Amino acid sequence: MADKKIKNVFRQGAISSEFIGDSIAKHQTKTSIGAHNIFLGQVRADVIDDKTVSAIEYTAYEDMANAKFHEIREAAFEKFELTCMHIYHSLGTVKAGEICLFVFVSSPRRKVVFKALEFIVEAIKADVPVFGKEIFEDESHQWKVNH
Amino acid sequence: MLITIKYFGQIAEVTRREEESLEFSGSLISELIEQLYKKYTALKNKDFKVAQNQELVTLETVVSGNDIAILPPFAGG
Repeated sequence: MADKKIKNVFRQGAISSEFIGDSIAKHQTKTSIGAHNIFLGQVRADVIDDKTVSAIEYTAYEDMANAKFHEIREAAFEKFELTCMHIYHSLGTVKAGEICLFVFVSSPRRKVVFKALEFIVEAIKADVPVFGKEIFEDESHQWKVNH
Repeated sequence: MLITIKYFGQIAEVTRREEESLEFSGSLISELIEQLYKKYTALKNKDFKVAQNQELVTLETVVSGNDIAILPPFAGG
């Protein structure tokens, strides 16, 4: 069901596997659900000019970003038959190999969740003002850009 | 009018501040950007979008003075 209140999507630091596991467990009582789909964004250790990315430091225009996440959420509920949906994005430092984005959609049936998840993740990448500073092992940096 | 502008990410690196108030006498976003280019020459080499009231605006949008932000390329996820 759609929720009119704007939620805070941001979490400080990496999103832990315990947090993700707990989120899944919380849905055991929602027995109308027949299918979950989960997207986990992980920080990649890109090598650029012989330097390796060791972490990404995330910042955001938080008010606008939370408003955009809310719009995406409303649009997804409008478009797809979802039982529930959760989005969490990291702020601050997330090391290579750690999780920075967790999107979780649930529906009575499977076909819906595949489409809904892609729609949501692509909208997040394109429309939400989150910025990523890629920190190299030698502590120099460059700015990440979504394509 | 006195307007407050927020800067983020690599734009804040150029301006060396995350927020400032400045006097603006023009009317359009394009004029505001010209004013910022004069103050921060290096901004001309940067890719950015402008938001007003937390919505992206175009060069032809009239500056209302509310919640203006200069946003570098998005990198969420």
